[in-house]
Amino acid sequence: MPKITLDGVTKRYGTLEVVPPLDLHLEDGEFTVLVGPSGCGKSTTLRMLAGLESISGGEIYFDGRPVSRLEPRDRDIAMVFQDYALYPHMNIARNMSFALRLAKVPAAEIETRVQRVAQMLNIGHLLQRKPAELSGGQRQRVAMGRALVRDASTFLFDEPLSNLDAKLRGKMRTELAEMRGQLRKNMVYVTHDQVEAMTLGDRIVVMNEGRIQQQGTPEELFKKPANLFVAGFMGSPTMNFIPADLQDVGGAVHAVCEGLRVPVPAAIAAAAKGREIIIGVRPSSIHVQREGGVPLKVRVVVAEYLGAQTVLATRLQDGTEVLAELPSGRRFSAGEDLTLQVAPEEVLLFDRGTGERL
Amino acid sequence: MNASTLNRATPYLFLLPAALILCVALIYPVGYMVWASFLNWNPSQRIGDAEFVGLANYVRLFSDAQFHESFAVTLAFAATVVSIELVLGVGLAMLLDRNIRGMSVLRTLFILPMMIAPIVVGLMWRYMYHPTVGIFNRTLKAAGLDPVPWLSDPGWAFVSVVIADVWQWTPFIFILSLAALQSLPSSTMEAARVDGATPWQTILHVKLPLMMPVLIVTALLRLIDAFKVLEVILVLTNGGPGLSTEILALRISRTASEFRELGAAAAMSNLLLVLLMALTAIMFVYSKITELRNRRQAA
Repeated sequence: MPKITLDGVTKRYGTLEVVPPLDLHLEDGEFTVLVGPSGCGKSTTLRMLAGLESISGGEIYFDGRPVSRLEPRDRDIAMVFQDYALYPHMNIARNMSFALRLAKVPAAEIETRVQRVAQMLNIGHLLQRKPAELSGGQRQRVAMGRALVRDASTFLFDEPLSNLDAKLRGKMRTELAEMRGQLRKNMVYVTHDQVEAMTLGDRIVVMNEGRIQQQGTPEELFKKPANLFVAGFMGSPTMNFIPADLQDVGGAVHAVCEGLRVPVPAAIAAAAKGREIIIGVRPSSIHVQREGGVPLKVRVVVAEYLGAQTVLATRLQDGTEVLAELPSGRRFSAGEDLTLQVAPEEVLLFDRGTGERL
Repeated sequence: MNASTLNRATPYLFLLPAALILCVALIYPVGYMVWASFLNWNPSQRIGDAEFVGLANYVRLFSDAQFHESFAVTLAFAATVVSIELVLGVGLAMLLDRNIRGMSVLRTLFILPMMIAPIVVGLMWRYMYHPTVGIFNRTLKAAGLDPVPWLSDPGWAFVSVVIADVWQWTPFIFILSLAALQSLPSSTMEAARVDGATPWQTILHVKLPLMMPVLIVTALLRLIDAFKVLEVILVLTNGGPGLSTEILALRISRTASEFRELGAAAAMSNLLLVLLMALTAIMFVYSKITELRNRRQAA
């Protein structure tokens, strides 16, 4: 199975540089998720891996072998498309077996492989139908099945779940996660949905404007985001960013803003010295009552009851909006003044100028 | 008449003018032709004075060797031109279905022949086919080859009219195929590429099957047109040499104007009409079936 390396891969349309030189190394058998907002170059990158998009510079290596001049069919890949891209004139069995038939695989083997994958995906009863006769979720499964039947060494997914409704998306996400564990193939998965990225990826690559912002395990990205973009993109509800000042009172440095005063560890304080900073607080790091918490004075704007959790939209006195995710034990009403607690060790500091985490 | 009857009658009142125009413009002339086919009618007579001969005109057609030959020429002509035009038109569409700079200009150029009046096309090709001063024979001569009797040899004359028709009408199939190709979902083509299909296999297994509904209707439209072609052949060969290029439309026109047998001409026209109506019916039935099949699949 190939390790995939992108070495300075670039994509330009005319003078417009969609993907500036990109370096990326994907390990063997790893499930890599490329995530980012629309237009960040993640789909283009995937399509360059697939060979559907030419590259304007650099080189792609599969297991050390340059592949950028190869046609998709010579790259040993299978791909699942966002709109499924099934062949409308073929029934499901023929859709799934198309690649095998082209590869002149013996009929008996095609039959067994199609049956096995169809069983796995619960689409065995649909094999004689045409794609137009299937629901969105069923088509999605067929698209997966068509890729899986190939037994290719690398699987590429281009936002495969984004055309499904929320409930089905959640279900398919779980099934995919399960399948990933069984297959252990190289998988590259593109999505704009950070929940999909977090739940599926062994490794997540966060992209913005064609550049890699950060790559790492879901936990690394969540706990140690490299910059404001990653911090804001990963996690839901999104992280609160509050402009703050550093105050040094007798050697104890604090990040201070209206209604919040957080102690800053010495190492970070040294790095932050003389810079303008932003405090980053995840809504989940804000509590009603917490041991060792520092107080946060807010006024409630809206309370969104979500069942077990309530998301509070609040304002500091200077008007900065702050979201807090609290257990729904207590009722909150709009206009209420509260003093909540922030876990100081979960607070992140960013350089306001560069956006980098300190 | 009370108000509710009037209300119910209103739509039909609105339809009445259209129905009248349809009768005058369509039913009357066709009826005239059908009636004429039962008469032994000479252009110098008024239609009322013509002798009623029943089906005699039709009966005579069935034993008329010249009509048979003309019919065979028409069938051969229609089948040949439509087959060649389909292959060329679809092939060109496949070649030009891509984004290259200047492609829109090229596409417009390709459909120019279709916009030229058939009579002009006939004249153009007649001069090009001219045995001594035509471009083809001059070129052949310059290359040291023997001239070709483009319009004077029965075999070559058929080939010549076929070439002229193919030149004029391939663009029709080309633009419709191109439109069909460009409306195909691009991700499906990409899926085929990833699945390992070569460009040829993609055309064979994905593009052509998906274009088939459009292609069938296009071919039928062309077939109907090819059965009625007149001007180009009239100008090029006037049906000759012998009867080698005398297609039905030409035979009908000659029967009416040269042989002055309006009744026989009308009978031939009716046969042609029935044939074309059958083709049209096939086309309608076909599109109905596809529509039904699509609806059943969507449901």
